[in-house]
Amino acid sequence: MPGKLKAKIVAGRHLPVMDRASDLTDAFVEVKFGNTTFKTDVCPKSLNPQWNSEWFKFEVDDEDLQDEPLQITVLDHDTYSANDAIGKVYIDIDPLLYSEAASVISGWFPIYDTIHGIRGEINVIVKVELFNDLNRFRQSSCGVKFFCTTCIPQCYRATLVHGFVEELVVNEDPEYQWIDRIRTPRASNEARQRLISLMSGELQRKIGLKVLEMGGNAVVGYLQCFDLEGESGLVVRAIGTACTLDKLSSGSAPNTNTHMHPNTAPASNACNSPSKDGKESPLAHGCRSTHNSPVHSVCSSQRLSQNFSVSVPTLIFTEEPHSVRCRPGIFLCPSSPILSTDTLSLPGSGSVGCGRGSNPRATTSAPLSSIQSDSALLRKSVSFTEDLLLAASGMGSGGSAGKEAGPLRTLLRQQTQTALEQREFPFFTLTSFPPGFLLHVGGVVSARSVKLLDRIHNPDEPETRDAWWEEIRQEIKSHARALGCHAVVGYSESTSICEEVCILSASGTAAILNPRYMREGCLDIGCTDHRFEEPSPPNCGFCHIPYDELNMPFPAQLTYCYHCRRQKVPDVLFTTIDLPSEAAVAGKGCLIQARLCRLKKKAQGEANATAISNLLPFMEYELHTQLMNKLKLRSMNALFGLHIQISVGENMLLGLASATGVYLTALPAPGGIQIAGKTPGDLSSEHISSIQKRINDTIAVNKELYQINPPELAEEGVGSPIPEPRHRSRLFRSHSESSDELSELDLSHGKKDAFVLEIDDTDAVEDIHSLLIDAPPPTGFYSCNTENMPGISNWTSGVQMFTSVRVLRLSNANLTNQGLNKIFTDLCENLLKSFYFKLRSMIPCCLCHLNFTVAVPEEELIQVTVTAVAMTYDKEQTQEKTAEKPINKGSLEAEEQLQFPLELCADSSSSNIQTASKISGVGESTNMSPRVSSLERCSPLQEGRSRSLRSSRSFGGSSVTVVKMTPLSFLPGTRIIKYLGIINMFFIRETTSLREEGGVSGFLHSFIAEVFAMVRAHVAALGGNAVVSYSMKECVFMENPNKNQAQCLINVSGDAVICISETDQESSASTANTGQTGGSETDGAT
Amino acid sequence: MSVELDVFVGNTTIMDEEVYQLWLDGYTVNDAVKVRMEGGVMDECEASKDVLLSDTMDQYRTFQMCERLLHSPAKLANQLLFQIPPHRQIMLIERYYAFDDTFVREVLGKKLSKGTKKDLDDISAKTSVTLKSCRRQFDNFKRVFKVVEELKGPLVENIRQHFLLSDKLARDYAAIVFFANNRFETGKRKLQYLSFQDFAFCAGQLISNWTVGAVDNMVEDMDVDLDKEFLQELKELKILITDKDLLDQHKSLVCTALRGKTKVFIEMEGSFKNLSRGLINIAANISLPLRLYPCRSDRWSAADMKLYLTHYTNSAHILDTFKHQVVWDRYMGVVKSCIFKMYHD
Repeated sequence: MPGKLKAKIVAGRHLPVMDRASDLTDAFVEVKFGNTTFKTDVCPKSLNPQWNSEWFKFEVDDEDLQDEPLQITVLDHDTYSANDAIGKVYIDIDPLLYSEAASVISGWFPIYDTIHGIRGEINVIVKVELFNDLNRFRQSSCGVKFFCTTCIPQCYRATLVHGFVEELVVNEDPEYQWIDRIRTPRASNEARQRLISLMSGELQRKIGLKVLEMGGNAVVGYLQCFDLEGESGLVVRAIGTACTLDKLSSGSAPNTNTHMHPNTAPASNACNSPSKDGKESPLAHGCRSTHNSPVHSVCSSQRLSQNFSVSVPTLIFTEEPHSVRCRPGIFLCPSSPILSTDTLSLPGSGSVGCGRGSNPRATTSAPLSSIQSDSALLRKSVSFTEDLLLAASGMGSGGSAGKEAGPLRTLLRQQTQTALEQREFPFFTLTSFPPGFLLHVGGVVSARSVKLLDRIHNPDEPETRDAWWEEIRQEIKSHARALGCHAVVGYSESTSICEEVCILSASGTAAILNPRYMREGCLDIGCTDHRFEEPSPPNCGFCHIPYDELNMPFPAQLTYCYHCRRQKVPDVLFTTIDLPSEAAVAGKGCLIQARLCRLKKKAQGEANATAISNLLPFMEYELHTQLMNKLKLRSMNALFGLHIQISVGENMLLGLASATGVYLTALPAPGGIQIAGKTPGDLSSEHISSIQKRINDTIAVNKELYQINPPELAEEGVGSPIPEPRHRSRLFRSHSESSDELSELDLSHGKKDAFVLEIDDTDAVEDIHSLLIDAPPPTGFYSCNTENMPGISNWTSGVQMFTSVRVLRLSNANLTNQGLNKIFTDLCENLLKSFYFKLRSMIPCCLCHLNFTVAVPEEELIQVTVTAVAMTYDKEQTQEKTAEKPINKGSLEAEEQLQFPLELCADSSSSNIQTASKISGVGESTNMSPRVSSLERCSPLQEGRSRSLRSSRSFGGSSVTVVKMTPLSFLPGTRIIKYLGIINMFFIRETTSLREEGGVSGFLHSFIAEVFAMVRAHVAALGGNAVVSYSMKECVFMENPNKNQAQCLINVSGDAVICISETDQESSASTANTGQTGGSETDGAT
Repeated sequence: MSVELDVFVGNTTIMDEEVYQLWLDGYTVNDAVKVRMEGGVMDECEASKDVLLSDTMDQYRTFQMCERLLHSPAKLANQLLFQIPPHRQIMLIERYYAFDDTFVREVLGKKLSKGTKKDLDDISAKTSVTLKSCRRQFDNFKRVFKVVEELKGPLVENIRQHFLLSDKLARDYAAIVFFANNRFETGKRKLQYLSFQDFAFCAGQLISNWTVGAVDNMVEDMDVDLDKEFLQELKELKILITDKDLLDQHKSLVCTALRGKTKVFIEMEGSFKNLSRGLINIAANISLPLRLYPCRSDRWSAADMKLYLTHYTNSAHILDTFKHQVVWDRYMGVVKSCIFKMYHD
């Protein structure tokens, strides 16, 4: 009997009137856990009952403690008829099961009813006494901590990162059980809520077990999702990164142990920003993606799946100016000889050779998926990327690696590889890392697969879905390998379901990691290891290509790094992770979105799945093209936090790609965009030049807007090892030259900056126009979808998290793709405009972590859901810094380069990372404005900020704790001192009086407000005052206006925390704290 | 193509004071959008009409959801649904309970009944306050009236604590409650020129001097009901006009004091009897202290009036046979200040 759960019902307030006659309520409470139920006395005739019950005690297994929620039902006593339910409260007691989290849950909870919403509040106290259980075969995993945060949580340090954990559980959806026909909607909703609560509890427990098996004690970047498959079941699945975390007591930390430094110094120093730095590598242009689809097939097998991988040729543009508008093509070389015939038969996959990427050897490897082929299913697998894969893996074992660092690099890679190869999936759900963790970034890897849900053999068993995901992960892994990387970071998975068709997607960023964190006893080994590490400077190292430049996995244009001049970098970098805080950037970042609609014929079953899978590569291709164009238009060269969502509806597919664009100074400056007619005289050259002018103007305006002034002169002063004569001219050329000349120049200078858009039909004109539609945010606003806003980090205290939902009804039945695109684009743009307007009082302000989710809930509906946080910042400071930056840049650069190797030799026992961070510390004061400010953010200062935080707390005599919410992992001006546990809540709301509740908008508005209220109440009851890493994972809305009905499901999650104002504890240390060392000292002192 | 659903919900509830006022004033969403456009808000943030419409709808919905809470403002502070910073809560409440002087002037002294509520559309037309706003204001009066009706303790304080209103607003509500309870008529044509604030002042005077609460502060309705004993005693002041000797004596004392101090002395002397009768009759038959109209004369200045009343009051103290000095002071103190207040253009 390893646990005793105790609950006490104290009082209620604001109860609804249940007895019309007396205008009062005779309320009592049922407290249920597992199969045990207790009741309080009836508190007659009161809307504010005081029960003050005894302690109800439940003696239960800890397994149940993890799975089950405590269920509190408030009822109205009725002598003559059945008691009426007022509402329920589900309390997840998981936070009470870790020693470090909350010790008691106590507070006012909204009483929630799925039909009526919140109906009053109830005050409850819950405690748990755990007995130690030494049973080795236990099924529970109490004590494993869960974090939604995708970086190492503040006030912890990671001693070991174990890697990927995943789990999936399936159950029959109560909504589809036969009994649903005879029970009330309320009963059905409650059954669903309870089931999901149970399933997530079970899921978390199982994942916890896996973590314990691996020797870890925590899951970071925990991502849990629901798939409402309908008839075939309800799936709850989760992925995360298993870690061993040590709690940093605020007094002990950093100075003593050098090995702790990599984490503690920067991380404790604020945990805010430095912890998310990690070096990442750019994903060169290569975005690789795969699509799997069942295809109508030759044989009558249950399930057919056909795979084809597409390496989206984002870069083909840069390569070959002529091939510009190769819209219809997916240009890969079909490689597996076995399958080539099938390939050709695939509709739509006309293959176009991509010059460089294709490598004739390497055609033999078996398709990955064949591993799992079982007799029952026939698989045709067409893998376009095998060649790349082989090429890349060949490189690992001794292929010629580039420069001086080559041998070292190879050695390192081998070491790391062995560490990682033991793992089935070297995936990490983290998006930011301790400094030094991430060595290089290869690029975005993604895979999609279309499945038919009605073909699942045993719908109630998880095997089939497990196999699906396994397959996709294998694919991701192989893509990463093709990029010369052994790991995938910033990894996430998602689904989109429409009727019986389900698209499974996974994406991440291929990367090379520092092996030190991977091994047991890592710290000791780390000591020796670091000698082999490449001396790549922290602010550009992650950009250096991980793959072999002779066997590039995709056509890319390499140059020497504009920072260190020693390694090659790609010209464009796409990643799914956050911008490493030590990365050197110029100017500000901005949100870049690509939006796409594709009509599709209505179809059933396999035909439908085939149609979808045929469309997918085109969509992905076009999304990338749009992204690339928009990136160039903003004069930027890298994307972070790339997230591509493809959502399927009955008659259309929606694609939305969001990312944060930034100018990395280590990468070459992007060239402009040139417009060219297909044939001379095709379109009036006037027309073309006017478009060209608009584009050039837009680029110029954007440069100004985002303050992109790369420190060119300074760099040249340093003296690059490889002189690059064309470098300077490149920046300006597209502005200065007329379009006519350009087309010629293009051929001669060619690849350098050529990014040519060819106008050969009206579609192309439309496309270009749509490029220019994106309005820049109004003055005073910036936006991004990542944790850090590149170029801004001097946040002040204003924080406003919001959720917005918009549903558009397409009334026009015969819309074209173009028309749809326009509508969809306008929808997104208008949403952004609305946000800017609503939040105008916060100027200067930045919308961070803008997370768009699209869905096609019904045939003619498009739904967009956005959650983001608006944060105010100090404008003055930013300007000062940018102003001073270019001046010092040059000299510092030199210093930096010198210092690095020196440090390395002199102090070989200290970790390389430490030096790295020191150096960046030096740089900070002057040349790395973004980092300075991020440091400041963490460092104890900024009165303005903290003042307002405190004042908000002390306001008034209200009994309600103010709970801040943010999708980010930090709150500006504060330090998280305790993580109280994960918040993971699922609610259903239904109404049969839609009009009376203010129509669909009124209904959803109050529901979202209620969800926020319940999250805040749970956090406050845990003793917390904020939710970080908050996200709304699911918002499924269904309506039937004719019946005056609507239903909505919402799933939210986040980490409940206690945070304190930085100035509360750390006194006056607010003076300019420029160096990182300074920062960590103050931190340690407290 | 149409927007089917459009919501925006902030963790901290976003409210624009300007939109709130438009909502309170009873503007429809479309009218509010027009007003906002004219106000130039579009120039901020490059907003379009659609953006404005969407924002206005969001806010209107929020206000509608909040309205239930505003009916019992104490709930606003400990409800969980909306996270509203305390200073905003105060603003919301204060503005919700604010009223138009022109509107309140129309219903002042009327019974807060369904009957009156039915007449609101006339009042709305007359005052050009929207019907919606009239209803809100009327319901506010009624709600406050109902709540404080059954409470013990000082009226103003009760209103302030129950409805979390500012002192000023609480006093105004006290006046409204007082008038409604005593049904003093304020609609007479002769009184048209008086503003609500004039009446509110008088009510304040009456509450603090003539009610039960002025003597005993622990009874129910202490500030709403007039002190019955006092009213009884007031009847005895009649002696000042019924007793001829007293009347003459009083007149000569007043005239002696006034002589040479005012230009309108002759008139004062001539109308002394009428004036005195008027003042004393009010005392004997308190229904409306505002029958004091006879005192009003085109030719008397406010200073004249003040002078006259001061001497009129003081002289009565000198009368040997007049025994009701305490009642006299309690009566005349209020009457004097009320008349001063009303004696304006």
